[in-house]
Amino acid sequence: MPHAKIPRQSTHIDMTAMCDVAFLLLTFFMLATKFKPDEPVVVKTPSSISEIILPDVDIMLLTVDAKGRIFFSIDNKLKRKELIEEISYEKNLNLTEAEKTAFALGSSIGIPFSSLKEYLSSTPEKQKEMDMGAPGVQVDTSVLSVNNELAEWVKVARTSNPKLRICIKADGDASYPNVQKIIKTLEGWKIFKFNLITNLKAIPAGTAAAAAAAGGEKK
Amino acid sequence: MAEMDTSSKGGGHKKGPGVKKGKKLSTRIDLTPMVDLGFLLITFFMFTTTLAKPKTMEINMPYKDPNMKVEDQNKIKKSVALTVLLSRNHRVYYYEGIGDDPNVAPDMKSTNFSQKNGIRDEIIAKKKMVDDMKRSGSLSAKDEATILIKPDTTSTYSDLVNILDEMNINDVKVYAIIDISDLEQGWIKETEAANAGR
Repeated sequence: MPHAKIPRQSTHIDMTAMCDVAFLLLTFFMLATKFKPDEPVVVKTPSSISEIILPDVDIMLLTVDAKGRIFFSIDNKLKRKELIEEISYEKNLNLTEAEKTAFALGSSIGIPFSSLKEYLSSTPEKQKEMDMGAPGVQVDTSVLSVNNELAEWVKVARTSNPKLRICIKADGDASYPNVQKIIKTLEGWKIFKFNLITNLKAIPAGTAAAAAAAGGEKK
Repeated sequence: MAEMDTSSKGGGHKKGPGVKKGKKLSTRIDLTPMVDLGFLLITFFMFTTTLAKPKTMEINMPYKDPNMKVEDQNKIKKSVALTVLLSRNHRVYYYEGIGDDPNVAPDMKSTNFSQKNGIRDEIIAKKKMVDDMKRSGSLSAKDEATILIKPDTTSTYSDLVNILDEMNINDVKVYAIIDISDLEQGWIKETEAANAGR
C-alpha cells in the first residue's frame, strides 16, 4: 500500500556537482591559458636538453623560417607603441596614429621600413597576405650597414625597453649564415647573451648531463 | 532554457508544521545547459591553450670588440683545444688543436651527430685526455677542454643547436662559436674528397 503513494521517480539527475566540476576546470583553463601568439610563419625548432623556461615578459623574438626570412617582434603593447613612434621618427615614415596603433596591436614584422606604412594601413587580412610574401627584416653582418634594418629594430627596441631578453626562434633547416648574421648584429650592439628557443628532448643516458641530472650519483 | 523544476509540488514531501505550502516551490534549476556551456568553454580553452612553455637554451658569445688589441685576447693552448667544423648534410669534421699552421693540414676526421660513434664520443675522449694531462701535471688545474665550433656556410641552424646541446650534454665548460676560415673550408673539401675516394 505505501508503494502506491510514492510517485514515479524523476529521471532528472542533480547536475550541481557536474556543474561544479565543469566550472572548476573552466576556471583552471582560463587562468592557465596563454593564447598562442599569432605566428607569421611555421617554424620547427630543433631540440635540446635545455630546460630553461622562456620568460613571459620582456622578450624580443626573432623568428627565422626555413628560407631564412627574419620576423621581429616584442611583447608589450605599450613598448610596441614607443618602438614604432621612435622608428617612425628616425626613419621619417610619417606614420599616422592609427597606423601606430595597428603596429602596437599587431604581431611580428617581416617587411622592410620602406613598405611599413603600406603594411600598417592595410586590413589584417591583407597584412597576413603580405606576411606570406614578406622578404623578412633585412639583416647584414655589420650593424653599421645601411641595409641592416634588424640592427635598427634591435637598437630602438632596446632603448625603449632595456630589460628585453633576446630570443632567436629559428627553424632547424635555416642555413647557418642567416643565423650568423643575426648573431653578428647582436654582437655589434654588444649583446653577447641571448636565448635560442628549442624543443625539449630527453637527456641521453650515460653522459655527463645525465649524471648531473641524477644528482651526480653515477661516475 | 532553464526551467524551474516544480516536480516537488506533487512530490508530497512532508513539511514541518509551521511551513506554508505555497512557499515550498523548489529553487532547483535544471543545470544541464549550464554544464553544456561549461564543457564547451573548457574544450575551447583546452584547444587554444599552450600549456607547455617553450624551452630556451641560453648562449653566451665571447666578448668581441673591434678595438680590442690582439695581445689582450685570450689565447688558448693547443693541447686543450678541439676544433669542430660543421658542414653540409649535418656532417661534422673535427681535429685536435686550433689549426693555426696554414701550411700543415691537420688530421681531420669526419663524423656526425649520431648517438654512437658520433661527435659526442670525441668530446668525451677530449675531456678525458685533458683530465689525464692535468693529473700528470703537463697542464695546470685551470685548463679546461676547449671546443671551438666553426659552422661553415652550408651548415644549418639545427647543426648549431645540436653541437651546443652536445656541450651541455657533455658538460664542456669552455666553448666558442667562431667564424670558419677559408683555409678550413679548403680542408673540409679535401677531407670530403679523400673520404669519397675511399
